[in-house]
Amino acid sequence: MIFLKSDEEIELLRISNQIVAKTLAEVAKIIAPGVSTEQLNKIADEFIRDNKGVPGFLGYSGYPKSICTSVNDQVVHGIPSDKVFLEDGDIISVDCGVYINGFHGDSAYTFCVGNVKPEIVDLLRTTKESLYKGIEQAQEGKRLGDIGNAVQSYCEDRGYSVVREMIGHGVGRNLHEAPEVPNYGRKGNGTMLKSGMTIAIEPMINLGSRNLVFEKDGWTTRTIDRKPSAHFEHSIAIRRGKADILSSFDYIEQVLGNKAI
Amino acid sequence: MAKQTAIEQDGKIIEALSNAMFRVELENGHVITAHISGKMRMHYIKILPGDKVKVEMSPYDLSKGRISFRYK
Repeated sequence: MIFLKSDEEIELLRISNQIVAKTLAEVAKIIAPGVSTEQLNKIADEFIRDNKGVPGFLGYSGYPKSICTSVNDQVVHGIPSDKVFLEDGDIISVDCGVYINGFHGDSAYTFCVGNVKPEIVDLLRTTKESLYKGIEQAQEGKRLGDIGNAVQSYCEDRGYSVVREMIGHGVGRNLHEAPEVPNYGRKGNGTMLKSGMTIAIEPMINLGSRNLVFEKDGWTTRTIDRKPSAHFEHSIAIRRGKADILSSFDYIEQVLGNKAI
Repeated sequence: MAKQTAIEQDGKIIEALSNAMFRVELENGHVITAHISGKMRMHYIKILPGDKVKVEMSPYDLSKGRISFRYK
């Protein structure tokens, strides 16, 4: 069952997503070599609660922390830990969710720590561009397969691979709603998009093989060949036929300055 | 947070339907109808209620699947 949202509901979703964007910017401020991922979790948790929100991930199907921090070969759902320290040359994807006014916001960004190899920066840049290619396709009358195909063809043309096991999702009163939004697919397949739908598009792109391994902690996923993986996510609404991006990378890019991807 | 999709899952046959279709209970408790793959038909691999099987699914339709392997 896909819930169509009214304009007021979309504005509430925008508030949740803007807090997510600001939280990610707070996290961006302290990302540096030597920082543990637990410290990032603590900063994010405090910032969300200061803004009268509740961390959307905490307790979701038993998830123990407020953000997901996935370093290098971890694809998504890396659990913050005080034993994991960032090193120069790492990449870290931070995925954050906020629940406020009855609606969930969800967005993710992949940061570089120190000096990162140029081929990995290219991977991040391609992943981010593919996200916007996907958003371009999110119009009334198009189908979910069009979004997936745009992301897939853009990344695979450049020699990267698209993760199949993890996908985007509808977002609203629940963190995960119908429909499922794969990052791969064929043009003209899948559910028709309508005004009022709110979805999270999140390409997860690997440098090497697309296959994943699920770690024993029940959450963390990493690439099978231990090559790096990038992850960017926007929550969008389809409004009057066009895509309206509810979350924002502007705050993050202000903090990062010319280091932004 | 990314959603984990069911593209390949293990399940248990709970009922044999006509036309080589089966009702399968997945590990997460969902019940779907699944048909047997052509390759398994070619090799006359028999499937009975109670067998553990591997099911392939598409993210577009979560109510149907394709049985690709029968565990011993």
